[in-house]
Parts: sequence; structure tokens; C-alpha cells
Amino acid sequence: MADLILKDVVKSYGDVNVLKDINLDIETGELIVFVGPSGCGKSTLLRMIAGLEKITDGTLSIDGQVMNDVPPAQRGIAMVFQTYALYPHMTVRDNMAFALNIAGKSKDEINAAVGGAAEKLQLGPYLDRLPKELSGGQRQRVAIGRAIVRDPKVYLFDEPLSNLDAALRVATRIEIAQLKEQMPDSTMIYVTHDQVEAMTLASRIVVLANRGIAQVGSPLELYERPRNTFVAQFIGSPAMNLLGGKIVGTGDITTLELADGAGQITSNYPSRSEDMGAEVQVGIRPEDMIATEDDNYAFAGKVDITEALGEVTQLYFSAPRPGEDTDTVIAKLHGIHRGLRGQHVKMTGAPDKVHVFRDGISLHHR
Amino acid sequence: MSPLLQGIITILVGVFGCVGYFYAANLVLDKVIFPARGPHAGRNINRATAVRPWLFLFPAIAILGIYLVYPVVGSFVRSLYNRAGDEFIGAGNYATLSGDPGFQTALFNNALWVLFVPAAATFIGLVVAQLTDRLSWGNIAKSLIFMPMAISFVGASLIWKFVYAGDPDIGIINAVRDVIGLSPVDPVQIPFWNNFFLMFILVWIQTGFAMVILSAALRGIPEETIEAAIIDGANPFQLFFKIKVPQIMGTIVVVWTTITILVLKVFDIVYTMTGGNFGTDILPSYMMSFMFRDDGRATAVAVVIMVVVLPVMVWNIRQAQKEMR
Ligand SMILES: Nc1ncnc2c1ncn2[C@@H]1O[C@H](COP(=O)(O)OP(=O)(O)OP(=O)(O)O)[C@@H](O)[C@H]1O
Ligand SMILES: [Mg+2]
Repeated sequence: MADLILKDVVKSYGDVNVLKDINLDIETGELIVFVGPSGCGKSTLLRMIAGLEKITDGTLSIDGQVMNDVPPAQRGIAMVFQTYALYPHMTVRDNMAFALNIAGKSKDEINAAVGGAAEKLQLGPYLDRLPKELSGGQRQRVAIGRAIVRDPKVYLFDEPLSNLDAALRVATRIEIAQLKEQMPDSTMIYVTHDQVEAMTLASRIVVLANRGIAQVGSPLELYERPRNTFVAQFIGSPAMNLLGGKIVGTGDITTLELADGAGQITSNYPSRSEDMGAEVQVGIRPEDMIATEDDNYAFAGKVDITEALGEVTQLYFSAPRPGEDTDTVIAKLHGIHRGLRGQHVKMTGAPDKVHVFRDGISLHHR
Repeated sequence: MSPLLQGIITILVGVFGCVGYFYAANLVLDKVIFPARGPHAGRNINRATAVRPWLFLFPAIAILGIYLVYPVVGSFVRSLYNRAGDEFIGAGNYATLSGDPGFQTALFNNALWVLFVPAAATFIGLVVAQLTDRLSWGNIAKSLIFMPMAISFVGASLIWKFVYAGDPDIGIINAVRDVIGLSPVDPVQIPFWNNFFLMFILVWIQTGFAMVILSAALRGIPEETIEAAIIDGANPFQLFFKIKVPQIMGTIVVVWTTITILVLKVFDIVYTMTGGNFGTDILPSYMMSFMFRDDGRATAVAVVIMVVVLPVMVWNIRQAQKEMR
């Protein structure tokens, strides 16, 4: 079992603390994706697992063995870099064989391993080329091949697709997903900025923010039940709308009043009796906004801009009241809607799509 | 006139003279010779465009021609004449040279210099560049090693005359010998090995150059390739020789050949240290020993040196261009 466990891990550069209280259990065969805003420490955490950065405090163990002071090559990990990091003076074959050569493996063993990886990644025809004679996508495949050849317990990817163009990114993403299926016992940790990559590849997503882990969960868990307003707005695009409101009814179902005269709407989030009258933030994703004629609604406003994408129409409202987290409220309606610009529209959300946060924390996760 | 004022005037005349030349030449070309109006305006513009590069290149080409090409041709012609310069003797000087044991010694020694100095300076420079890279006081060490670059060859030779001095109170080599009870020697008189004592002076000077260039090249290596190699299990030696050095091979070659060309021109060190005695002559110092006495022979040696340098030079320029791409 290649369980990878991070316990109370801390990272500081001198006096500057970058990560703290990182606790994470990763099971064999999982594909974990780290996401988070730029500079939140995703790469740093990955590099600590790789052994390229010292762990300031806490422990990292793989398969029950503490790895804090084990050199990178002996941790049973392999890493794929954003910039490919191929050795420019070596052919594709030598790039992939390098680690095995260093380890003193026999010629036959090396040829078998390189051949196998090349076949998996369709690199056969390119084995004798130099990296500079390959396209970006092929280079990234060589980088992945270099990892596969070593047969590591844990694969580490740091934004492996972000240097590729959009079409190639999709293709390579699918290849990585297929690769993962071929190797069900290998654990992968994957850093990305791309929501779609995170949602489609991950068995679990780790959202990093404010020097720590904001939430860990399956992609849909994060989407449907975000722990806090940060995760709520980070996952999903466009970001979730957050509206100010007040709890006017508690219980298994919470009743909310969002604006004077807006009537009442309900959420499936449970609340306690002491929440009665509390000021809360009510989140509704743009795609969950429904236009309504009813007297009970979540939000009413004038449509500033419409974006007709064919498949959906996006409506942009400017938020009418100060003190809200979003400047702009966005609604995403299915299909084509003409002539909405400048109109006054009332919007609401279905009870299971209305998220309630008190002091930034979801009522679900208290 | 004070030298300072002279210098300033020279700079002003040079700089503004150039600007003035380009401006005036351009003006004459566009307004007088090929004016962009009248019935042939289009044709004139095309012609002016074709002529302009040559106009602008003219000063450089002319000066290079006068000060480089003419002397080369002139030297070659002179080398075909006798000592007094009044009788054409064809390859006579070259024939005499090839039969002269002094010339053979100089040629052999020069070969030693060309093999040893660039290799030693480049290798030491490379190792020092790598070793000082991570040190907190690395930059101080680098400055110290770079400093000899600023000393003239004659000055450096004088310094090393002290190092090699026979008096144990002055020369460090003999001071060491004195401590362990050996009698003093004169390093520059030890046959064969004295060449290396002289070469070492140039190595001492040139290591700084190699170090600075190679240190910049080492820093230019993408950090990720090094990290990837660390993950692949490379130890520091493998990292250096299998990942770093191959990636800066182009720069190493440029440094190596640049020093090689310099070595083929060095004469001051030998001249100052031994005057070419004790079997330490090299081609340039050998040439100097004939200068003003037998210009025919001296120019013949000069031509030999040029022929030897030329291929290295061409290769060097090719490599440097490849590096820039
Ligand atoms: N050597 C260093 N010294 C000091 N601070 C550093 C150092 N390296 C990284 N940091 C800081 O650590 C934080 C995390 O950096 P890291 O590269 O892990 O971010 P990231 O989440 O990968 O960002 P991105 O998404 O832009 O790649 C950043 O705020 C950065 O400024
Ligand atoms: Mg990063």
C-alpha cells in the first residue's frame, strides 16, 4: 500500500511561513489534484513530497516510512514538470533511460522498460530524436515516459499541461486519464490551475488557500457542498454569486430573506434555532439561477450586459447594495434569450441549490 | 595640450565625425544622387536602398582594410624577400625556417602551450565556477580569481618572477624547498618543465575569463533539468558531468578556442621571463628575435602563426554564432 500521509506539515522560507497545518491522507491509487490561487503553495507542497524542498516541520510518510530526510531518488516518486525539463542533449531514449542507467540496471532491463513506456505513449518513432525536434505535446509525453520508466509508487505532476495549446491540452488530459486507468495501483498528485482538469481527473481535490487546506473532497462534493465561501467561489466558473441575507426560519430546511420586500426563499441547508435572525451569505451558482415572476425571490435587478453563447445566455447584473462579496451578479440561463438587456428581472434558486454560509463557513460543515 | 584634453577631443571628433558622416552621406544619397522625385522616383528609391548599406559600411571596411588586410598581404610579400628586402627569394625564408632547430623547438613548445593552457584554464575555470556558485563568499572568490585578467602580461610575469625567484626569502617555491631542506632551484631553467612554469602564468590570468563566462552559462541551465536529474538519482558528479557540462558544451568550446587564439599570440610572458632562453621559445618570441634583424624571416614566422590561428578562429566564430542562435 502506497499510502502517502502528510502530518502537521509546515513550510517556511526563513521567517516567511508559506504553508502550515497540512494534514492529508492519500490512499494508493488515488489521483489527487491540488488547486488554489496563484502563490498559495501548491508547487511548494508538491516539491516537499518530491524532496526538492525541505520540510520545515511535520512528517511525510510513504508506505509507512518517514521520508522527510530521504533523498528524492529513494522516495519512490517521479515528477513531471510544467516546462518538461527534458535533458536537451540526450535523445528521447536516453532521456527515458537516464534514471535506470544511473541505477545501474542491465541493458535488457532498460530496453524493456523504455520500449514499454514508449509503446504506452506512442513515442516509438521518436526514440532517437532530440527533445528540440519534438512538438510540445510530444515533449510532455516524453517527460511522462521518463516517469513511467522508473515505475514509481507516486507520480507528481506540476501543471503538466499548461504550456500546451487548448486542443492539445484536452487530448493530453484524456491520455493522462487513460494512463491512470492502465495503472490503477499508482498514486498520482497533480497540480493545476485548470478547473476542468481538476474536475475531470481527480478522485479527490485538495483546495489550498491561506497557507492551509481549505477543503478536501471529491469534485462533486466540492461543487455541491463547499465548506466555505472561498471554496464556493473557487470551484465553478463563473464563480458562485454571494448575496447578503437573513435567516428567518430554522430547522432541517432554512428559510431566508434576502432583501426587504423580496419575500422568502428556502435552502436545504439545516440550521439551528440560535441561527434565527443571523446575517448570512447566500450562495447561488450562476447556472442555478432561475428567472421567476413570483413575489418570493433571491435577487432582482436590471440586466446590464447579456452574453449569448448559443448554448447558454449569461446575464450580468450590477449588485445593487454595498457590503456584498460580489460586485456583479451573474446568471446563466439555458438556451437563447433575446431582448433581456435593460430589463428588470427577478431571479431565484431551487432549495437544494441555495448555499448558506454563516461567518464564511457553510451551515453544512459546522 | 594636456593628454586629457586630447583624449576628450579625439572622442568628440570620433563620435560626432561618425554621426556627421552617416547623416551627410545619407542626405547626399537621398537628395542629390537618387532624389525620390521626378520621372524615376520609384527606381531611385530602390537604388538608394541598395547603395545605402555599402555607404554605411564604407568607413569600417576602409579602416579594416588599411589596418588589417594590407599588413597581412604586406607581411606575406615581405616574407618572400631576403633579409635586406631587395632580393626576391620565393619560399627561401620558409625553407630556412623548417631547417632551423630553434624554429622546431618554438613550434613544439607552442603546441604544448596550445594544448595545455586552454585545457587547464577552461577546466579550472569550470570547476571554480561550479564550486563558487553556492558559496556565500563565492562572489569574493570569483573577484579574486578574475583580478589577474586586469594585469598586463608583463606585469603578471614580473609578479611570477618573484614567485619563482631563487632566493628562498623571496620566491615561494624555494621558500618551501628551504623549509624541507632542499637547495634552491631556478624553475625557469629546468629543461622542458620550465615551459609549464611559464604556461602556468597564462593559466593564472585566463582562468578568471573562463570562470566568468562559464559561470554565466551554468546559471543559464534550466533549474528543472537539474531537479529532474536529482529525482532520477544522479549524484553531484553525475549531475555535473552528465547534465550540466553537456548543456554548456557550446560555451566551453567558445571559451576554449578563444583562449587558444590568445595563446598563439602571447609573447610577452616568454620574453619577460626567459627571453626565449633555456628552450622556452615559442613562435611569437622566436619571431621577435628576428625582428629588425631579418624582417624576411620574421614575417615568414608571422605568416606561419596566422596560418595556424586561422582554422581555430573560423571554428571559434562558427561556434559563437551557433551559441547566439
Ligand atoms: N525560495 C523562496 N523563498 C521565499 N518564498 C518563496 C520561495 N519559493 C516560493 N516562495 C513563496 O511561497 C509561496 C508559494 O509558492 P508556490 O510556487 O508553491 O505557489 P503555487 O501555488 O505553485 O503558485 P502558482 O500557481 O503560481 O504556480 C509563494 O507565495 C512564494 O512567494
Ligand atoms: Mg506552481
